[in-house]
Amino acid sequence: MAQDKPQSPQLRRDIDENLKRVYDEILAQDVPDRFKQLLDQLKAKEAGK
Amino acid sequence: MSDPRDQLPDHIPALRAFAVSLTRNMTEADDLVQDTILKAWSKFDRFTPGTDLRAWLFTILRNTFFSARRKTRREVADPDGIHAGGLFEAPAHDGRLAMGDFRRAFDQLSAEHREVLILVGANGYSYEEAGEMMGVATGTAKSRANRARARLAELLKLEAGEAMLETSAATLAVMGQSGHQAA
Repeated sequence: MAQDKPQSPQLRRDIDENLKRVYDEILAQDVPDRFKQLLDQLKAKEAGK
Repeated sequence: MSDPRDQLPDHIPALRAFAVSLTRNMTEADDLVQDTILKAWSKFDRFTPGTDLRAWLFTILRNTFFSARRKTRREVADPDGIHAGGLFEAPAHDGRLAMGDFRRAFDQLSAEHREVLILVGANGYSYEEAGEMMGVATGTAKSRANRARARLAELLKLEAGEAMLETSAATLAVMGQSGHQAA
């Protein structure tokens, strides 16, 4: 098990850089229609109250 | 006064990216995002306007994920193959880490480690903010993040201090110690 050893700022930056790349890949994807539909439904329900 | 619910759509890409990081499965991630939206919608009156909406949504998402996981105790593999399964291989020694290698190493981390890295590393939240979302103390968030980075480096066979990107091939020398064992 890895311990809390001091880490170089460089390693940290490199890891964070890669994390952002992985994360941004998903972030850049189009949002599926189901979410727009879901929000429309929720709003419509709200308006109908 | 603007309704914070109107801002919800802006945060869906981030919710999906966070959900994928936790579930490692696109279908499950989208179900998790859907549950999160429904829960958020039903308790928006508890959101404090002017505070970080994304952090609030992330908190709902991660609580939903971890409580469902505690109930079923299942570890979902990766049937969709979005993070392309297969055995982890040592990174190519071309000085730049292939995305696939990084992803596979990331996927081998525990969900708690993936969570803290996405919050702090990818989203840039402070340890304090991440700790609040995870329901732990700032110090715990920090040591968890450090352990997660160390574990990731170990899986990637990187020696602490060695650069991953845009450096000479020599810096990616494989360490004698193997980081292959599952967490």
